[in-house]
Amino acid sequence: MCAQMYYRGKMFGFVHLYNGQEAVSTGFIKLLKKEDSVVSTYRDHVHALSKGVSARAVMSELFGKTTGCCRGQGGSMHMFSKEHNLLGGFAFIGEGIPVATGAAFTSKYRREVLKEADCDHVTLAFFGDGTCNNGQFFECLNMAALWKLPIVFVVENNLWAIGMSHLRATSDPQIYKKGPAFGMPGIYVDGMDVLKVREVAKTAIERARRGEGPTLVECETYRFRGHSLADPDELRDPAEKAHYTARDPITALKKYIIENKLASEADLKAVDKKIEEVVEDAVEFADESPHPPRSQLLENVFADPKGFGIGPDGRYRCEDPKFTEGTAQV
Amino acid sequence: MAAIFHGVGAATALSPSPSHSVDSKKFQLAPSRSLSARKGRIAVVRSDSSVNLSLNSRGRKDHLWIPNAVATKTDDSAASTASKSGHEILLFEALREGLEEEMDRDPHVCVMGEDVGHYGGSYKVTKGLAEKFGDLRVLDTPIAENSFTGMGIGAAMTGLRPVVEGMNMGFLLLAFNQISNNCGMLHYTSGGQFTIPVVIRGPGGVGRQLGAEHSQRLESYFQSIPGIQMVACSTPYNAKGLMKAAIRSENPVILFEHVLLYNLKERIPDEDYICNLEEAEMVRPGEHVTILTYSRMRYHVMQAAKTLVNKGYDPEVIDIRSLKPFDLYTIGNSVKKTHRVLIVEECMRTGGIGASLTAAINENFHDYLDAPIVCLSSQDVPTPYAGTLEEWTVVQPAQIVTAVEQLCQ
Repeated sequence: MCAQMYYRGKMFGFVHLYNGQEAVSTGFIKLLKKEDSVVSTYRDHVHALSKGVSARAVMSELFGKTTGCCRGQGGSMHMFSKEHNLLGGFAFIGEGIPVATGAAFTSKYRREVLKEADCDHVTLAFFGDGTCNNGQFFECLNMAALWKLPIVFVVENNLWAIGMSHLRATSDPQIYKKGPAFGMPGIYVDGMDVLKVREVAKTAIERARRGEGPTLVECETYRFRGHSLADPDELRDPAEKAHYTARDPITALKKYIIENKLASEADLKAVDKKIEEVVEDAVEFADESPHPPRSQLLENVFADPKGFGIGPDGRYRCEDPKFTEGTAQV
Repeated sequence: MAAIFHGVGAATALSPSPSHSVDSKKFQLAPSRSLSARKGRIAVVRSDSSVNLSLNSRGRKDHLWIPNAVATKTDDSAASTASKSGHEILLFEALREGLEEEMDRDPHVCVMGEDVGHYGGSYKVTKGLAEKFGDLRVLDTPIAENSFTGMGIGAAMTGLRPVVEGMNMGFLLLAFNQISNNCGMLHYTSGGQFTIPVVIRGPGGVGRQLGAEHSQRLESYFQSIPGIQMVACSTPYNAKGLMKAAIRSENPVILFEHVLLYNLKERIPDEDYICNLEEAEMVRPGEHVTILTYSRMRYHVMQAAKTLVNKGYDPEVIDIRSLKPFDLYTIGNSVKKTHRVLIVEECMRTGGIGASLTAAINENFHDYLDAPIVCLSSQDVPTPYAGTLEEWTVVQPAQIVTAVEQLCQ
């Protein structure tokens, strides 16, 4: 649907779809409490939805409307939700990992310094294979293991960083092995199977909750579409794509449910229909939502708008009526 | 150059009052320091590149100036109570005092940086804090500026109020990614959902032969980042005040300290006070020319001011303190009075604070200027190691005197 809307001109810029990787997001995030935090990358629509942000808020944000989860100011790559503890949404790779480490640090701080004994909030940091060659990744593995922070580093290894194959970019492509080098367990899991992911996620999250420290989980997964909607996706071998499409996590789960008689075909069809309705409703809501007014331009730059300073007339700039209209020059 | 300024016991001068005009003739200005006198100081450069300037034992009884903070609405309660005699303190101790008071006041305030804990900070600003507050509240980080600054930002988003120390401001270049992308932006891109009440502080500026990379002025690099505030402290009084205000602010604030100013001594009030983050400080009112400066250059300006006064000029000296945003009210009032502006800064010429300030004044107060704005900045040169060359990269008092004389012709 996002792709359709993009090609119809409802959204612009860089949009990164998550098709094929759903098992990772669902497997991990559905085990979390509301107070636990999730940090993602630009490929964050599904992480937002899994964490509880409404489809309407996400779609509105993609359309750049003021009813979006970030008031239209973030866009596809910057999904935030304070209510659901989704800490972003980062465009540069690796940028979110230190932020996730900080959130985990707060959890430990609250337990040990502020003496909130029941604070066992866990943070999940999602990122890709390309990020695992970035300095911030290694720096944070070190700090998290050093201070036993309640964090799980989840690598969504889809083998490709835009057009750069993981094997061409990495000296030792087995990412999970880098965990033990820093003193934390490194686990490799089939990221196309949601139940396997969930099992591994359970151990990692429980470990973090008990205060035993971080875990590095590498999920073998694949994105069915290009890196973004602007990516022609010419480099990937069709045979590789076919191999992974055959392992589509949603189809696989459907098959599992039917075979194990956990639900009937009719039940699943009803779920499908419901999803369609939710999506249609989200699009309609986003379409009908207003664009941000000009007055929104200068809001939220500073938490304390005095930060814009004192103007020549002696008043704070934020007291100028043009400021609230969004027409002041700052 | 580190100078020692002893506060004079005159109680009247210490209480900041809203409309305080200082009669400059009342105070005896310290004799000028010649080059040879400066060279007489002993600078001990440690292997970790921190510098301890041992203070000359011959203390100076006469003082140079008691800076009076511009009284603000928040300062009023402190100003109304009669000021006690206060206590003498060095600038780095004032920073520590401010930090400690805020940490006592709010348990969410924490410090993170390299060697801030057990070592007490490479300039001793956090000395003793780890023993008092514990290793988690005063966190010794590994050498990973980008990541621990990002960690500070993540912690700020989730409820803490971290003070991130860059051992030297130059090291924060490594954290530029986090400062620019996350620190400044996340409040906006999250639609106002997350606040980032982080304070990033550290010593910068040209020191005593520290070499090019340890002598950087990062104000110019950071000033364009939307969403952050920048302040520069220059006296123990405003160091403590700005530190406290920055910690209490909901906005991310970068507090620039200067390596050579850490040993300044001044008498500061005992009671709780903060300095407004957006206001400039009137150092010396005058009539002939407005001299705008900040950080260490304030002392070069005041030294030049002494010479200028002897030559019959009456300069008005303003320490702008708030590097972003500029306090256009105080600056504007001064320009409207004197019609001549000289900016003296340690920042580089190209794209520095002075450049922005020149543009801002031209834009807002063009009609009031009788002469083009003159901006004296450091040379666009990587700071050389050799002492003589290093001296010539920064603005010296003699240049300031010449510039004022030319401006006032």
